[in-house]
Amino acid sequence: MTDETIVDVRDARYSVRGRAIFSGLTLQAMKGQITAVMGPSGTGKTTLLRLMTAQIYADSGEVRVFGENLVDLNSRQTFALRKRMGMLFQNSALLSDFDVFENVAFPLREHTDLSENLIRNLVLTKLNAVGLRGAADLMPEELSGGMARRVALARAVVMDPELLIYDEPFVGLDPIALGVILRLIQQMNQALGITSIIVSHDVHELSSIAHRTYLMAEGRIVASGTPDDLARSTEPIVRQFMSGDPDGPAPFHYPAPDVTAQLLADAKS
Amino acid sequence: MTTAVVQDGLILRTLARIGRMAIFFFQMLVQCGTVLARPNLVINQIYNAGGRSLVIIMLSGLFTGMVLALLGFTLLQRFGSEEALGFAAALALLKELGPVLTALLFAGRAGTALTSEIGLMRATDQLTAMQMMAVDPLRFVVAPRFLGGLISMPLLTGVYDVVGLFGAHLVGVRMMGVDNGSFWSQMQSSVSLHDVNEGIVKSLVFGFICSLIAVYEGYNSEPTAEGVGLATTRTVVASSVLILLLDYMLTAAFI
Repeated sequence: MTDETIVDVRDARYSVRGRAIFSGLTLQAMKGQITAVMGPSGTGKTTLLRLMTAQIYADSGEVRVFGENLVDLNSRQTFALRKRMGMLFQNSALLSDFDVFENVAFPLREHTDLSENLIRNLVLTKLNAVGLRGAADLMPEELSGGMARRVALARAVVMDPELLIYDEPFVGLDPIALGVILRLIQQMNQALGITSIIVSHDVHELSSIAHRTYLMAEGRIVASGTPDDLARSTEPIVRQFMSGDPDGPAPFHYPAPDVTAQLLADAKS
Repeated sequence: MTTAVVQDGLILRTLARIGRMAIFFFQMLVQCGTVLARPNLVINQIYNAGGRSLVIIMLSGLFTGMVLALLGFTLLQRFGSEEALGFAAALALLKELGPVLTALLFAGRAGTALTSEIGLMRATDQLTAMQMMAVDPLRFVVAPRFLGGLISMPLLTGVYDVVGLFGAHLVGVRMMGVDNGSFWSQMQSSVSLHDVNEGIVKSLVFGFICSLIAVYEGYNSEPTAEGVGLATTRTVVASSVLILLLDYMLTAAFI
């Protein structure tokens, strides 16, 4: 592993009830870069994020974050490691008991002894960066999906993390909100130098900001490179995913008997 | 029969469940010290679990006291000893009805609220988000709610007993004409500290059981709508059965 590697997954295997979610999975996220992990739904992208954040552990292989092998860490060390990272959840996961301000202030109150004035300034600065300083008093249920995602982003960066992990940040957003989130991710990376890992299946959005892209399918990395490398690839699976073809190496249909035979059999019975 | 039960794994599953709950309790216990250093977290939960249950507890206590007085008066009148009504009502409320009915109402009102609240936090990734922010949900979410329930139960039982006695007085003295002085003096001379202690011990035990089951089921619920619903049902069923079982055991222990 080089000094520049922030997340290093080597030959990882993970299975649930005997079914392998992925096996032989290897990828690296480099310091200061935006790394995209793309792939069809159900290929284990979110599971991979849970693996990188020590929510679950690989059956075999190695997952290192900031040089630390996650399986070697006790819960105190894991929490210490997590203080260096932020995570944006697919459903934002804002704390429903708190308003927007308190949600963003939550990590500061838990981990620092900053004065109330300083906390207020920091929180309002982060909320201003995502354009929601005026929404500080709103409760999470009063926010739209895009606004909630932006508040969650403000909360994820309030402790100035070195690594920011995004789980499907563009899902369910209208084009305006999507553009805003995309720009914010890019700004976080360029202005603050935050290493970012984005899991998504939005090919075009990710291609515009990612430095390196991994394509996951059938529980392994089937292609990697810059977005341009993937766009030029002649690999059938890459072509299918990049152009959105319904059928190809990754089947659109879940395994089932022939449709005509099944319908005829149903009609006879 | 025994073989069938063992084959179905019922005993093993039950033992495993008790074991998991014990581990959960000790993990939470470690966090309780830190939580007590931030009393606001616990005070909020005392309000949520206890304060918000006050109306139902007071209403239930009032009517229980009134029914007790009505039945007690009818029964005692046959023996010409209706003056003992205060003593009979106080004993029934302090030793049995107060702790048991308060606990059953608490399990139905506050226990289900605790389970569904924590379960929904699990289903909406709020607990995972806390873990990702390096905050242990056992410390921030679970332990304050457990302590809030534990502290609320004896307080609610006290309120239940007092309002129940008021209801008994209302019916016995005001409506049935039992002598006011006899009502209170019989109670004062016959109810011992031992009887009061029995009620306090029971309310503490029930508070512990109800709160532990509620937070455990919520924390370990499946993160789906159905999972939260099932966890809430399990909270009510397990709490109610254990309250009645433990009530018998504690009553036997105090005799």
